[in-house]
Amino acid sequence: MRMPEAESLLSQLADSMRKHVSADTALIGIHTGGVWLAERLHRSLGLKQPLGTIDVSFYRDDYESRGLHARVKPSSIPFEVADADVILVDDVLFTGRTIRAAINELFDYGRPQRIRLAALVDRGGRELPIAPQFLGVEVRVADNEQIELQKSADGRLSLVLTPMPALERK
Amino acid sequence: MAGNPQLNANGELHHLLTIEGLPRDIIVRILDTAHSFLSLTEREIKKVPLLRGKAVFNLFFEPSTRTRTTFEIAAKRLSADVINLNVGTSSQSKGETLLDTVANLSAMHADMFIVRHAQSGAAHLIARHVAPYIHVINAGDGRHAHPTQGLLDMFTIRHYKQDFTRLRVAIVGDVLHSRVARSQIHALTSLGVPEVRVIGPRTLLPNHVSELGVHVFHDMAKGLKDVDVVIMLRLQNERMNGALLPSAQEFFKYYGLTPEKLASAKADAIVMHPGPMNRGVEIDSSVADGNQSVILPQVTFGIAVRMAVMSILAGSG
Repeated sequence: MRMPEAESLLSQLADSMRKHVSADTALIGIHTGGVWLAERLHRSLGLKQPLGTIDVSFYRDDYESRGLHARVKPSSIPFEVADADVILVDDVLFTGRTIRAAINELFDYGRPQRIRLAALVDRGGRELPIAPQFLGVEVRVADNEQIELQKSADGRLSLVLTPMPALERK
Repeated sequence: MAGNPQLNANGELHHLLTIEGLPRDIIVRILDTAHSFLSLTEREIKKVPLLRGKAVFNLFFEPSTRTRTTFEIAAKRLSADVINLNVGTSSQSKGETLLDTVANLSAMHADMFIVRHAQSGAAHLIARHVAPYIHVINAGDGRHAHPTQGLLDMFTIRHYKQDFTRLRVAIVGDVLHSRVARSQIHALTSLGVPEVRVIGPRTLLPNHVSELGVHVFHDMAKGLKDVDVVIMLRLQNERMNGALLPSAQEFFKYYGLTPEKLASAKADAIVMHPGPMNRGVEIDSSVADGNQSVILPQVTFGIAVRMAVMSILAGSG
């Protein structure tokens, strides 16, 4: 199956967000693919708040069964979360568990005024009542496949279909 | 389990008993994870839910304030329930054996034991006898090892010096009685530090210390020449039986870190000490409080490093 073109999806996504953000809207990218997207969206939308990044490893609900993620990155939220208008950015929306973890982590920084969600791809398979407010495209793929966002040396983003690692399967 | 008692069948860290024989990638993973925990201090709520519902027992058969407290803070920041036991003052004085004490605490549904004991090997013994879901962290056993101190020292060095592979590190003082020194030497070697020196009087250096791959010096000016990191050790009066030293004053004269002696090191050298310090014995106050000292940051980093160790262990199942 051919994956949609990430760069054009990204500009569509930015266009769809443009009239729904103010200069004070804050973006938080979820590691790793979400951070790449958030960096690009942040520039394209010309937002004033510094970009935030979040690694949800300390909030995952599968820690008990799978342990701590091997490569945890520090979260960095360089603005006041209390009363902020926040948009979480992720590359591929699937079960919704990553978003649940990110929301929980965010509340440990403060009580935001609003949280919305932007994703490049929604592959369905939700296990929690979570929906994106801004979306690039919906794609259906087999249960044993995963959609991965990749970044080339010159910064271009692309989507690739890869086999799901054994550990991720249910 | 046959090879390394710290690792489980999948090669994951299950207990932390000693840095000796610990794979380098596990050491690096602990340091990287600790780095992510550091940013928690900037937040409104300084806790994460990883160890929610877990019971961590601080099992101290030997007194310690700093280590016990930093383990307690670390466990609480991971949302664990922490139970502090000063065993020296209770069951053991009534004659209960170490393993009976541990068996009783296991029956109270402990998930993790943090063990400090005057006998070398105590944590290993406990790790061999606990149920497979229980994790053991060695918080200092006799003269043998103090792995979380060694790891927090590595974290401190990496924080200030970044690259281990071009450093000259000196460990100064009572190496003979120091479990900290042993853990540091193993960690520094494993991380690729090309030159580790130990400096001290003959009576306070182990006989075969050079077999660990370190350079031995008995003179401070020569030993500190051009080093990047100076690690001072505490003079362990309580572990000394018999006269290894004429006096503390004499020790300070030859091995106490003064500004004059520190001048032999590189100008940007950092000064570390595992605490508690004996001011005027192994270190002069003006150095301990000076701008090259990173002794207090070591304590802060110790919390993040212990959080990393606990969350990696508890996640290994």
